[in-house]
Amino acid sequence: MSAVPTSPLQATYHRLRGRFGDLSLLGLTLAAALACLVLVGAIVWKIVALAGPSFDRFGLGFVTARVWDPVKHVFGALPFIYGTAVSSLVALVIATPVAIAIGLYLSELAPRGVRGIVGSLVELLAAIPSVVLGLWGILVLGPFLAHHVEPWLHSTVGFIPLFGDPQQTGQGLFTAAVILTIMIVPIVASISRELFLGVPSDLEEGALALGATRWEMVRGVILPATRSGIAAAVILGLGRAVGEAIAVTQVIGGGTRIGWSLFPPADTLASKIASSYQGAGSGIETSSLLNLAAILLVLGLIANLIAQVIVRRFDPLRGAR
Amino acid sequence: MSRYRRRRLVNRAMEVLATVAALVAVGVLAVVVISVARRGAGAVSWGFFTKPQALFGQPGGGIANALVGTALLVLLATAMALPVGVLSAIYLTEFARRSVAVPIQVVIDVLAGLPTIVIGIFVYALLVVGHTQSGYAGAFALAVIMLPLIARATQEVLLLVPDTLREASLALGVRRWRTVIGVILPSSVGGILTGTVLAVARAAGETAPLLFTSSIFANTVQTDVTKALPNIPVLIFTYSEQPDPALHQQAWAAALVLMAFVLLASLAAKALLARSRRKLAR
Repeated sequence: MSAVPTSPLQATYHRLRGRFGDLSLLGLTLAAALACLVLVGAIVWKIVALAGPSFDRFGLGFVTARVWDPVKHVFGALPFIYGTAVSSLVALVIATPVAIAIGLYLSELAPRGVRGIVGSLVELLAAIPSVVLGLWGILVLGPFLAHHVEPWLHSTVGFIPLFGDPQQTGQGLFTAAVILTIMIVPIVASISRELFLGVPSDLEEGALALGATRWEMVRGVILPATRSGIAAAVILGLGRAVGEAIAVTQVIGGGTRIGWSLFPPADTLASKIASSYQGAGSGIETSSLLNLAAILLVLGLIANLIAQVIVRRFDPLRGAR
Repeated sequence: MSRYRRRRLVNRAMEVLATVAALVAVGVLAVVVISVARRGAGAVSWGFFTKPQALFGQPGGGIANALVGTALLVLLATAMALPVGVLSAIYLTEFARRSVAVPIQVVIDVLAGLPTIVIGIFVYALLVVGHTQSGYAGAFALAVIMLPLIARATQEVLLLVPDTLREASLALGVRRWRTVIGVILPSSVGGILTGTVLAVARAAGETAPLLFTSSIFANTVQTDVTKALPNIPVLIFTYSEQPDPALHQQAWAAALVLMAFVLLASLAAKALLARSRRKLAR
């Protein structure tokens, strides 16, 4: 510190001031960290508490009940669980291979100059606000899918019940799944790129030196070495897809139908909550919406914790964010 | 076909597929940006920024009220999230033992992964039920989303500060708190700033947290945070749900403004981050 203490009194003053400073910084920062814990606790507690009346009334049957009728005060979550599961799974099935391929391109194939540019462009895709993506989805992508892609799928692979009669508006599960795909590809791609870059180059060069082609090296060395990390990335992507509310609300159309075809309108847990924002009528309806939020919260917590356990246990990189 | 040729063909095919995947991602970005720009540019004029929303059903109008509201909301949210985020990151990197730091870290990462609509409905239940929608409720919801982003960015840059710097300061007899404030924070301020800009860009485009907390608003410029503040994301959302093409035009233009802001802010932040990292790594 600046001044050299000259008297015992001054030395005591300096020591106390230093100790006070240390303690107050520790206290402040500890309080901030605790605030984060309290916040998460409060979120869980508040949502579970307000879902209570609905849970008391409908019990666990809420999850399997198919009717959502505000007029008769009967509420069930099954149509929304179905919509969430189908849209997220379809998105995941399309997004995972594409994202891994992009990660491989960025880490192994792209020439030096291109790498940075394409990498940042892919990350920019993740930065587009979901409401903007949803606006594009409802006015551009939806009509395009309805008039070109859905009829084509129906006529070529229509024997699979997933591809039923095309829709007129383009609002439906399929459009929502495509929008979700666009949202999760950049997330999974940038995590996998980091994972692939973290594979020791000795291993890669070893495989190449043994005469493996680049693809054989990827299949034999890179993918096995990063398998758990990729799983974590995919689960994080799934968590994102399950929780996305706005863009999905804009393109999914709304409805409680449950069926094989991907094309008709539906609702997800998140989109049902979002589309009811203009004020639910009765207390039991609000509580049932919070019940949906509670299911969403549990799904989000599970996805996150699994992903974190995988990342922390198996992945020495901690590169996955 | 010889085995070798088949292996080479498979390899080539996979390389082409990976390249195509990357091109598709870039292509989708280009298609979205271009179609928003093409449809929105026509309606963007000086008046679009200076006039508030037109009354329902009337032509014209702009987004002045939503611009002011979004700016206020994000400013307030930053004021709430920045101190808590930075301080908790300091606790985690400078003070906490591993056994304490890891659980807190897990909780912060969980917060970052929570669906934003859940955060919105939490704040609705906490601050709106029994009262009315308000700017501070909306800002609080945005702050909950920004908090883990800022905390994580700060932590990452604090971890980059070389231990030798800490040890040198402590060896000179400098107290812990002065080391943190005088040595560690100044060398990581660039990273904290860029992390904050990224969080601001994210918050400015978030709709779900505002739906329940600041969505039913007047179409005049509004600076009273105890009332619902108009904002761009909710404006785009409500316009996009209407059948009226004139409103769609307004939504495209507002989307163009929002997207331009978010993309430019993210680009700038990433460039700055790369620079401050290089500086610290030296």
